Amino acid sequence: MTRITVQVDDESYTDEVEPRTLLVHYLREQLGKTGTVVGCDTSNCGACTVHLDGRSVKSCNVLAVQADGHEVTTIEGLAKNGELHPMQAAFHECHALQCGYCTPGMIMQSIDLLNENPTPTEKEIRAGLEGNLCRCTGYHNIVRAVQTASGQEVAS
Amino acid sequence: MTLIEDRPDIAVKEIGRERLRKEDQRLITGRTKWTDNITLPGMLHMAMVRSPFAHANIININVDAAKAAPHVKAVLTGADLGDGQGVLINAWAITTDQKTPVHLPMPSARVSFAGEIVAVVVARTAAAARDAAELVDVDYEELPAALDLRENAEDKVLAHPDLGTNKSAFWKFDSAEAGTGGNVDEAIATARAEGIVIERDYRQQRLIPAFMEPRSVVVDPTGEQITMWSATQVPHIVRFALAATTGVPESKIRVIAPDVGGGFGGKLQVTPEEWIAWAVGRRLGKPVKYTETRSESLMAAHHGRDQWQKLTLAATKEGKVTGLKVELLADLGSYVAVVGGGVPVLGAFMFNAIYKFPAYQFTCQTVFSNKAWTDAYRGAGRPEATFGIERLMDELANELGVDPFVVREMNWITHEEFPFTTVAGLEYDSGNYEAATAKAKESFGYDALRAEQKQRRDSGDRVQLGIGVSTFTEMCGLAPSRVLGSLNYGAGGWEHASVRMLATGKVEVVTGASAHGQGHETAFSQIIADRLGVPFEDVEVLHGDTQTAPKGLDTYGSRSLVVGGEALVKAADKVIEKARPVAAHLLEASVDDIEFSAGRFSVKGTDQGLAIQEIAGAVFVAHNLPDGMEPSLDSDATYDPINFNYPHGTHLCALEIDTETGQITMRKYTCVDDIGNVINPLIVSGQMHGGLTQGIAQALFEEAVYDDSGTLVSGSFVDYLVPTAADMISFDIGHTTTPSLTNTLGTKGVGEAGTIASTPAVVNAVVDALRQFGVDDVQMPCTPERVWKAIQSGGQKQQVPTEAAAVPHFDESEGGTP
Amino acid sequence: MIPVQFDYLAPESVEDALAALAEAGDDAKIMAGGQSLLPVLRLRLNSPEKVIDLSRIPGLRGISEEGDTIVIGAMTTHSDVVESELVGQHALLLQKTVAEVADPQIRHRGTLGGALVHADPAGDIGAAALALDAEFVIVGPGGATRTVPASEFFVDLFETAVQEGELLTQVRIPKHTGWGARYEKFVRVAHQWAIVAVAATVKMEGGTITEARIGLTNMGSIPLRATSVEAALLGQPATEEAVKAASATAADGTNPPSDLNGDSDYRKHLAGVLTRRAVLAAAGS
Repeated sequence: MTRITVQVDDESYTDEVEPRTLLVHYLREQLGKTGTVVGCDTSNCGACTVHLDGRSVKSCNVLAVQADGHEVTTIEGLAKNGELHPMQAAFHECHALQCGYCTPGMIMQSIDLLNENPTPTEKEIRAGLEGNLCRCTGYHNIVRAVQTASGQEVAS
Repeated sequence: MTLIEDRPDIAVKEIGRERLRKEDQRLITGRTKWTDNITLPGMLHMAMVRSPFAHANIININVDAAKAAPHVKAVLTGADLGDGQGVLINAWAITTDQKTPVHLPMPSARVSFAGEIVAVVVARTAAAARDAAELVDVDYEELPAALDLRENAEDKVLAHPDLGTNKSAFWKFDSAEAGTGGNVDEAIATARAEGIVIERDYRQQRLIPAFMEPRSVVVDPTGEQITMWSATQVPHIVRFALAATTGVPESKIRVIAPDVGGGFGGKLQVTPEEWIAWAVGRRLGKPVKYTETRSESLMAAHHGRDQWQKLTLAATKEGKVTGLKVELLADLGSYVAVVGGGVPVLGAFMFNAIYKFPAYQFTCQTVFSNKAWTDAYRGAGRPEATFGIERLMDELANELGVDPFVVREMNWITHEEFPFTTVAGLEYDSGNYEAATAKAKESFGYDALRAEQKQRRDSGDRVQLGIGVSTFTEMCGLAPSRVLGSLNYGAGGWEHASVRMLATGKVEVVTGASAHGQGHETAFSQIIADRLGVPFEDVEVLHGDTQTAPKGLDTYGSRSLVVGGEALVKAADKVIEKARPVAAHLLEASVDDIEFSAGRFSVKGTDQGLAIQEIAGAVFVAHNLPDGMEPSLDSDATYDPINFNYPHGTHLCALEIDTETGQITMRKYTCVDDIGNVINPLIVSGQMHGGLTQGIAQALFEEAVYDDSGTLVSGSFVDYLVPTAADMISFDIGHTTTPSLTNTLGTKGVGEAGTIASTPAVVNAVVDALRQFGVDDVQMPCTPERVWKAIQSGGQKQQVPTEAAAVPHFDESEGGTP
Repeated sequence: MIPVQFDYLAPESVEDALAALAEAGDDAKIMAGGQSLLPVLRLRLNSPEKVIDLSRIPGLRGISEEGDTIVIGAMTTHSDVVESELVGQHALLLQKTVAEVADPQIRHRGTLGGALVHADPAGDIGAAALALDAEFVIVGPGGATRTVPASEFFVDLFETAVQEGELLTQVRIPKHTGWGARYEKFVRVAHQWAIVAVAATVKMEGGTITEARIGLTNMGSIPLRATSVEAALLGQPATEEAVKAASATAADGTNPPSDLNGDSDYRKHLAGVLTRRAVLAAAGS
């Protein structure tokens, strides 16, 4: 067991973990942050995407011990004082989710995308989401949600 | 007082409104209840030991080391579980003499596909269970594996040697025999002499539903009832099947489908994993959990499609169709899944599609293999049928040298001809193919794209344009119980709903449909809000738990709205009828003088009235009710549809083919669908986008590929190519509206439409671009390699199977230091 | 899935890392960004007793210039490479290639050195490193340092010149200031490894190609240099015809794999087409 201290969604946690514990399993099982989910075992699907020190990572592809001393933001840490993050609101308004399983990762990656490129073109949005699989939406409305959150004109 | 001042919320009709979804709040904030989130005190975790061989005898299983591993509570084999493990049922023997091998959740003697479970390890943590599972030592005696559908149909290698054959069932529909049309062989003979005969073999490759949430199951055997949480589309069917096969009374079983992350048919199953969890939980008396990995999911959750289609279309030399003969081989995999063999039969009535065929014959041979079992995947039977006929109509157009719409218009049912009884014996209630087509062509810019195509062709451009058409219909809203009975299906097709008027005026709606992303909570709230005249926000939709929604047949086959929604309407109407005498009593008027509108019971010709919520309150206190009245407005309805419904649409796909590499780039996709009245356009568009993407993915990307030893080569998302946002385009979606006549709301199913229609539109576009090179078919998925080779071959027939090898990226050797 | 149990070491200096490596021998796996290692561990394709994480060693991450050379620490993330002005100015091909690695999340975490030492023949960066004549600084037991040219770095499938007990610490790239570049990657879906890819960088004078470097991805068990094409391009105008003629030999001597995405012959065909396109794009950029 290794002792780690991680800041998750603005709270500090100190825990003993097995070195093999994936960050996503630490979040889900030890911290109860079940909003972040696992969708594959090859790091293709992006469902587990969180922010590590402000940048998107796949939390199935990071060990919990590697997060020691770092800051993690999950889908559960986005809304502040009961107010949705603009990206969450945009996903709702644009019907950018159906079953919702990919949604936490998709939202976290979309926020990262706009952090790096505040006014992306449709093509840039699509490329920026290439590490996140969705099986329900065909991505159409996800693209619109990101456009909406970026304050750009949105085609229907 | 006017209505609007009094009840501002309900002045606007809810049906047809783009209501944002009620479900979203928890999903966008991560406050979801997936099965894998559930943790119970003392819960144990299971890991499965799966066969690496497609076909092998189990000689010995040594579990000693695994049992001795830390935190392990039990290691159980099929022999240990014995009869207590139950059996996985097939609910649809398509013929009375269907061969159906016994499907034990965990066999003890022989495995028949790679991924079949041979032992389960139960431990205090998931990690410990996995660690110990590696220590289970299984001795196998490998047997020859039956892996090629056509060869399997000839019994070259037997998937189940004890059956003596791979052939499970032979199903036939013949219009001459059924009295719904003429003799197809005569039609073909005539066409050979003086008309046109198109003969093709098409491959429907094997697909994997690939829902995003891996399957997960929790069983809690403590308490009076045994509870199972499962990531399933079909909690009611699971409950029934558990009772029927494990000896536990149905009344002692509670099955809950909490938030379920997609299904697409893939979670319409009774699974070995569920049954093993059930058996283990009961045996150990402790809660147990099993969540599959993606690799396990791709390998062992059921697959879809996998057919060879031999098609013969007869037409006059002018292009009028005269007959269609369909001969299918369908791969069941190693067992007959819950609806397994029935999937191709769902296509039996759809090959004739929107066209007026005078003669039709459909035969299907279902065949075993040593591969994962197959069952419903979005569309289930109908995409295969639609693909076949829409490809053939293009071939017919090509034979005649005319635009693909010319042969379609010549042969389709015109809007004046509805209701129309087809050669397959179905009565299409409504539709307007002309209108949908006209709208689609305009929105697509059909003529301009054809002009560009010609220009590119004439100039020999490196990038060629292909334009594909698909004018589809489907039968959905499964299903009239009598029809199911006539097809030897093991259950009915009704759906159930309850409407409960709460004392505070809120409304609880209970539905037997079980949503997993469809948005029932929102759409059903809209229906009830309109029907009862209550605010949308005041309606709560409950589902997915056999204790709160005790009666239902779940969600698949585009049935929830058209069957479940109709049950809802009928239950709501009963509430109104129960409330009416109460209103009359309280308003001191005759029942005959009470009118109900927009949530208010009023006395004809007066301004006297009471809101339905006020009636609910009065019934709750029950102080002053008509004599003898039962103090409840709550109502149930079970609705059995009188017919399927028949959405249709015209889909147009333009794509660019790089003739140097074979690379395909989607350019434009337009569809105009007639799905009758729309409850929520937002949800409908979402269903279309997702459905289109899955259909396009079949055409271009996805295939479950096995190697010569029966190992699934496309066993992870590295090799099973689910498209990303970067591989898709924005869609141009429109509607025409011909209300269905078979339900009150005039709706038609939409869940599968996009998937059913789009695959042939895309492949027709690919072939359209390549026709100039002599090409008349490209096998799916239309990979760049296949496209390029088709161009190189100059139209030489080639049915090249996918190379059954994947290069490793996650290497096990020494050198890598990533 | 969950990896097997292992001990985790996070040394804070190269010396400590080498010592840990020496002690563990072949029971250890080195983790750079971990973006390919963790899937391997999760799928239980490998079960090391120790994982040595290099991410806490200061000095292994960063980009600087030393005279005519761009020096990139092995632990520099892909995103750092993509965002680097220095790289963009002097090693455009590397920047364009690294921008095509995997997806944004992986690029945030994965490292240049890790990807190169992983040496997946379908991995993107090897071809660019080869084309740019990169040099690899490898530190061994006792701190012995050697520098290996790209032409000798890639040994076989998943095997490089980095031996057991050694670490890659730096990648040194000769400046190719003003060279045009293009990484032409062929995939069926965006999140796929390259089916075939071509990394091309060219120096132009007027309309003439004066120098050209071309690396091929996934055309054999290691990244390959299309030297015959490079030679044929010299002095040629950057026209479709000239470049097409020169690219005809791109696949000569290669032995690409056959798999789900295409057979060997198809890959050879693609190599020629993609080479032409990459060179033309590089010449125009």
